[in-house]
Amino acid sequence: MTSPRINVRRVGSSLAPPLLFGVLFLVAWQTFVRGFDVSTFVLPAPTDIWSSATDQAGHITTAARHSGANAVVGLLIGLAAGVLLAAVAARLPLLGTAVTPLVAALAAMPIVALAPLLNNMYSPLSPLPRREVVAISAFVPIFMNVYRGLSRLSAVHRELMQSYAASETAVLRTIRIPGALPYFFTGLRVASSLAVIAAVVSEYFGGLQDGLGSRITDSVGSSDYPGAWASVLGSIVLGLIFYLGAAVLERVVLGPRAAPVT
Amino acid sequence: MTVTQTPPAAAAEVPSASRRRAPSAPGITQLVLRQLTRAGLVAIGVVLVGCAWEAYKHWGPKDGVTILGARVLPRTTDAAMPHLSTIWHAFGKPEVGGTITLGPSKTVADSVVDACLHTLRWAAAGFAIGVAVGFLLALLMDRLTVFERALMPYVVLSQTVPLIALAPLVTKWGQGSKLGSLEWQQWMSVSVIAAYLAFFPVAVGMTRGLKSPTAVHADYFRCSAAGWWKTLIRLKLPASVPYLVPALRLAAAAAVVGTIVAEISTGLGDGIGRLIITYSQQATGDPSRVYDAVIGAAVLGLAAGAAVTVFDLALWRYHRGASSR
Amino acid sequence: MSEPVPPAVELRGVNKTFTVKRGSVDALQDVDLRIERGEFVSLIGPSGCGKSTLLRIIADLLAPTSGDVWVNGKPARRARLDQDYGIAFQQAGLLDWRTVQANVELPLELHGVGRAQRRARAQELLELVGLADFGTHRPPQLSGGMQQRVAIARALAESPALLLMDEPFGALDEMTRERMQNELVRIAGETGAAVVFVTHSIPEAVFLSQRVVVMSPRPGRISEVVEVPLGARTDDTREAPAFYAAITQVREALRGRPVPEAVQVGAAVDAALRDKASGAL
Repeated sequence: MTSPRINVRRVGSSLAPPLLFGVLFLVAWQTFVRGFDVSTFVLPAPTDIWSSATDQAGHITTAARHSGANAVVGLLIGLAAGVLLAAVAARLPLLGTAVTPLVAALAAMPIVALAPLLNNMYSPLSPLPRREVVAISAFVPIFMNVYRGLSRLSAVHRELMQSYAASETAVLRTIRIPGALPYFFTGLRVASSLAVIAAVVSEYFGGLQDGLGSRITDSVGSSDYPGAWASVLGSIVLGLIFYLGAAVLERVVLGPRAAPVT
Repeated sequence: MTVTQTPPAAAAEVPSASRRRAPSAPGITQLVLRQLTRAGLVAIGVVLVGCAWEAYKHWGPKDGVTILGARVLPRTTDAAMPHLSTIWHAFGKPEVGGTITLGPSKTVADSVVDACLHTLRWAAAGFAIGVAVGFLLALLMDRLTVFERALMPYVVLSQTVPLIALAPLVTKWGQGSKLGSLEWQQWMSVSVIAAYLAFFPVAVGMTRGLKSPTAVHADYFRCSAAGWWKTLIRLKLPASVPYLVPALRLAAAAAVVGTIVAEISTGLGDGIGRLIITYSQQATGDPSRVYDAVIGAAVLGLAAGAAVTVFDLALWRYHRGASSR
Repeated sequence: MSEPVPPAVELRGVNKTFTVKRGSVDALQDVDLRIERGEFVSLIGPSGCGKSTLLRIIADLLAPTSGDVWVNGKPARRARLDQDYGIAFQQAGLLDWRTVQANVELPLELHGVGRAQRRARAQELLELVGLADFGTHRPPQLSGGMQQRVAIARALAESPALLLMDEPFGALDEMTRERMQNELVRIAGETGAAVVFVTHSIPEAVFLSQRVVVMSPRPGRISEVVEVPLGARTDDTREAPAFYAAITQVREALRGRPVPEAVQVGAAVDAALRDKASGAL
């Protein structure tokens, strides 16, 4: 394994193409919109979106904070539930084989569709329905990954531990859990992105309207398309913050074992 | 030389020499049985969830559970949590409102099934386009590495951001435009969004799959002077099946969710997404209808996943190692 | 009068049968073997002869179908619980998230040894295997040979009287292998541990051991035990005629054609060459 010194040329050659592509894309977008005189309700120019974003920055940030809060709370609940259930399922293999298809089925279902249901169960002013949708969305990848990580035990490690007459708890502590950490973080990266998506989209289904999702639908409703795009931009930024947060946490905890960002 | 058969039970009992030999891959019958067992477990799980529902209704506190001022568990009233029997019977009730029909009104069940079929059609169209585009993009990135370096970061990052939030905006595209005699229908916008969401997991999964053959395999094909195309057909595509199938599963789920969300944003009337909203607006009158519609949506998602599983089973020869579930 | 010291390993009438779908497999049949303290013994044979099974039975990782297994004078299970042996496998099995030092400390940690004591012992062991400066490295930074040395250091952590090794050098290249064999001979000599060493390589078995136990399959059994009286092992040993004679003897035993005189003939040739070199005609 090479030592982790930053190779400037390598970083440059891997950053340059996407950056270049991004810039070219924005320029092409701008020219297309202005050149063909495309109306804003179809596709606003990047400059229009940016000016709208700066104008509405305060409102967008407030909405982002609400969506972000929902995402964080739901994510934490989903994390806790996912890790706990995965630990129990790894300890009791019979339960594991029973539960895994259920979680896989949950992954196939449109979880956000539960939002109107939950809005009815609780009062429409409660932030809980969206947080529960986020929790369920986050739970699935966390459970799948942590379960896979905890269930792995290579033959050589198993025999080694047997030769040490080590207890199951000792095996869990010294091998399974540290070995499962990279899997946990893979799940966390997916879950944190899903959390933001679920937080924003669940608002499309009604309920408390104080986050980015409602801003988007309201802007579209009042034909403020640059504003809607600006709110979408806000949600993209929120998504990136969550993803990078998870990636940074992974690097801090795992150090050299952390997976590359892309 | 010697053939020491690997005892099937208790892996600890197997000596290392025979354990080094790869276990025989399961045949198609075993795979089908495995999937049926899983389906059975899902059914049992649903039953258990139902029991938990009724149990909570029966024994739970009437006003729900409140922690720090926020109600954490719902009230057990019939308005907040209808009985399972009520939900079941609501399927059979005639629907008043929703789609206007002449003559006797359709039942809720008819409405739900109709709506699901509409959504399924749009989702399938979106899925097909998304998979095709994702597939082609993966091939392009495989052929020309410069494309991969330029596009891959965006493809990966795009999975982390809520692009589905664009749904209300994208639906306006194409409105009113014509391609020859074909006028843009509103449902096409919905399918485009579904395609958009389905395309990313396929692009990522396929790229990983195309890269998966080991150096040994790749070198052998080079030594045999096989060109890019032959290597693709005979090595890379078969090797990518274990990566493609989970990606397709994600794409199918994404297409369904994308279609439902797009319907709501477009105001497109015939799909299950809109039906859920309509029924939730009627909740004060009959709270159990929303459940029926949501059950329909859930079944739709499961059906999409099941279709991918069938496709997976058809490709059983290309399963490898731990990826075959 | 002191009590007689029990042998490192004693096996009496050990049988092992695996039940499989199509009947049963006789992995081991009527194995009798006695390994003295400090003795280096190799188990060699073709695939399926039961050598790895035998090693695992000694380690109490498998239970024999019948027969007695005594390690250090105790039943195998007791010996395992008392940590009377250390074991090393073909894969080093190091934990990537721990430093080399922490890997060596693993068995000590599991058995409640205090931190300072662990650290001191780990440092001692790393010096023994020649990796004193690599304590803070991590396994992915080490070569295959170095990882195996760490695994051996770990196996010696609790100063066991017996070392069990299942083809530990199997994944290494020939040059590294020979270096590791030299190291192992030195380490075994310094610690006084008995070693049971499973291998596929005839030269390796002959170089390392005082006795080579030749096994054959179907059913797995000991077909012959070849004595290898080559004295102290040095780099020169590998080029001595007696070495080649012993290899021939083991090879013929593997083929089922024992040649008992080979080693003695080789020793005579050795002596003749030495006389010639010193001038005597």
